[in-house]
Amino acid sequence: MRNFISTHATEISLLAVMIVICAFLSFATDNFFSLGNTFDLLNISAVNIIFAVGLLVVLIAGGIDISFAVGASVVQYVTAIALGWIGGGGWVSGLIIAGSIGILLGAINAFLIHRFRIISIVATISTFNIYFGLLMFFTKGVSIYDLPDWLTDKVVLFEHEMPDGTWIEITLPVLVMVICVVATWVLITRTTIGRQLYAFGDNPEGARRFGINIGAMQFIAFGWLGLMAGIGGLVQAHYAQEVVPNALYGRELDVLAAVVLGGARLGGGKGSVLGCVLGVLLISITQNGLNLMGVSPFAFKMIIGAIILVAITLSNTRIDKLVPLLRREGQTR
Amino acid sequence: MTVLVESFQKRLGPEMAGPFFAFIAVMIFFGLASPQFLSQATFGSVAFQLPELGLLTLAMLLPILTGGLNLAITFTANIAGLTVAWVLQANGGVDAGPLAFALGCVLALAAGAASGVIMGCVIAYTRAHPILVSLSMMIFLRGLGEFLTRGGDVSGFPDFIRPLGHGSLLGIPVPLIIFIVCVLLWHLLLTRMKLGFNTYMIGSNIEAARYSGVNTRKVVVLVYTLSGAMCAVAGIIMLARFNSVRVGHGESYLLITVLACFLGGVNPFGGFGRVIPVFVALVVLQLLSSGLNLMGANQHLATAVWGLLLVGVMFLRWVASHYKFLNNRKG
Repeated sequence: MRNFISTHATEISLLAVMIVICAFLSFATDNFFSLGNTFDLLNISAVNIIFAVGLLVVLIAGGIDISFAVGASVVQYVTAIALGWIGGGGWVSGLIIAGSIGILLGAINAFLIHRFRIISIVATISTFNIYFGLLMFFTKGVSIYDLPDWLTDKVVLFEHEMPDGTWIEITLPVLVMVICVVATWVLITRTTIGRQLYAFGDNPEGARRFGINIGAMQFIAFGWLGLMAGIGGLVQAHYAQEVVPNALYGRELDVLAAVVLGGARLGGGKGSVLGCVLGVLLISITQNGLNLMGVSPFAFKMIIGAIILVAITLSNTRIDKLVPLLRREGQTR
Repeated sequence: MTVLVESFQKRLGPEMAGPFFAFIAVMIFFGLASPQFLSQATFGSVAFQLPELGLLTLAMLLPILTGGLNLAITFTANIAGLTVAWVLQANGGVDAGPLAFALGCVLALAAGAASGVIMGCVIAYTRAHPILVSLSMMIFLRGLGEFLTRGGDVSGFPDFIRPLGHGSLLGIPVPLIIFIVCVLLWHLLLTRMKLGFNTYMIGSNIEAARYSGVNTRKVVVLVYTLSGAMCAVAGIIMLARFNSVRVGHGESYLLITVLACFLGGVNPFGGFGRVIPVFVALVVLQLLSSGLNLMGANQHLATAVWGLLLVGVMFLRWVASHYKFLNNRKG
């Protein structure tokens, strides 16, 4: 148990913060602590969690990816067009098409990074600009509203009428999210590939000498994120019932902040699925709570930014380390 | 030929080769492809467009040299622009005097520097990753701006500000003059001053810098402060160019500035990189965009080509290092 606490310090502190926030919100607002609100939260965070677990794998492998959200937009658009060609299709064909395009886009990143030794942030900033520029150029910024019926129809997996007459429901995005989260968890904790990804992220040269195929690692990590981005893109199209070329623009940085808040390290070798999911949920819960408390939506980002800033300041340092800041400047650490 | 290349490298440094050849290639390609390209109109439009992106790139450059990143640059510029706008509005809006504008600029620089100080302190004292710190600062500043403006834009400025964005002095656009002054300032800072030297030291190896007596915390805080102040300059220029301030103006420049730095041969891990190659890289990017514009493509295609250019330069760099590697083995 003590071992578990010491190895999962970030997750436990996140959980503690979440419990405090939830407790506060249940007293401060009428309807935070209700099943309906919990399910709403899950439905809203589903896409971000799908993206987040994908990004987590890349961060564990020591890389970073800026292009995935724009990649997901490309996937949405291409999938919508491809589905039009084949005349409809269904969830299976949709997910296969979206997943394979996603993997292809991820593989392009991995190819640039591995074959030409381009640093991952440089490679993905390039592909970010390439994907987004080409997408906006070819689509001329026009959205697609004419999606197949099966894609826009709300799929309710579980519904229940509450005593006060409102309906609570769990929709398809949540199921897809759970599958993605479990699959990622299995990949990084229960397979040899997962152990190799951690080893590779922690020390690439050591991993190479140990006989780990580093090319394969890059392709698996970025391919996995590509797959998740593809699935997330399709789910987002389902949720929003439209495909807007620049709707996901800028989402990459929000997801990155949430994942790193959840304990993943920029630099590789560290991070867990639980922490990652908690990171996304913490931000969603804060946003939801502010909404219920009647705070102006314009202030959400400001408060969330301040919370992340304070959280990283506190998580990276202990109080006794902060004291020299008040006492003397420029002391040795 | 090799002698020529070697003397070129000795004079200008190895980082210069990429941007310089890209510059020549762009000039030749568009010169042949479009008859209007080599005209005053093209260079005029480049000269007016360059400063916005350029000033933000300068703001990005210093943190990258220390091995960090400042993702808050565009929103710092927005907040600084808003500061000027509010000071002007509080002093009569369209009828505000030059004194009010000067006061606004000073406050804007202070606001930009303040955001830098906060980031620098968090990064230096807690050793949190700069990407994360600047990212949360970016989210905070965007939220602050949206909260204070309710997502709308602020406009209605006195006429004497217009030349700052659109005027020319002796045939040279005023924003370009400001930009070049800032480029020279950064160049002097990095090549002639102790702070610049320490910046490179920290970027190469922060522990070694600390053991050799550099006050690394102070340098990091100063670097981010200067970066924030430079954002404020960009914000003021953007205010004058658009004649309005809106949170989110120039948001799409954020990753382009990183791209421009890398294109200019700056090492993503810090420690290596110079201002002049970055300046040339910026000119190349703007010429590319103007050239494509002349040929009937829009800004979005230019963005895609910018990305391709970076991949191309990185590919050539890989080829060059590979080639050298083979040569060394044989010799």
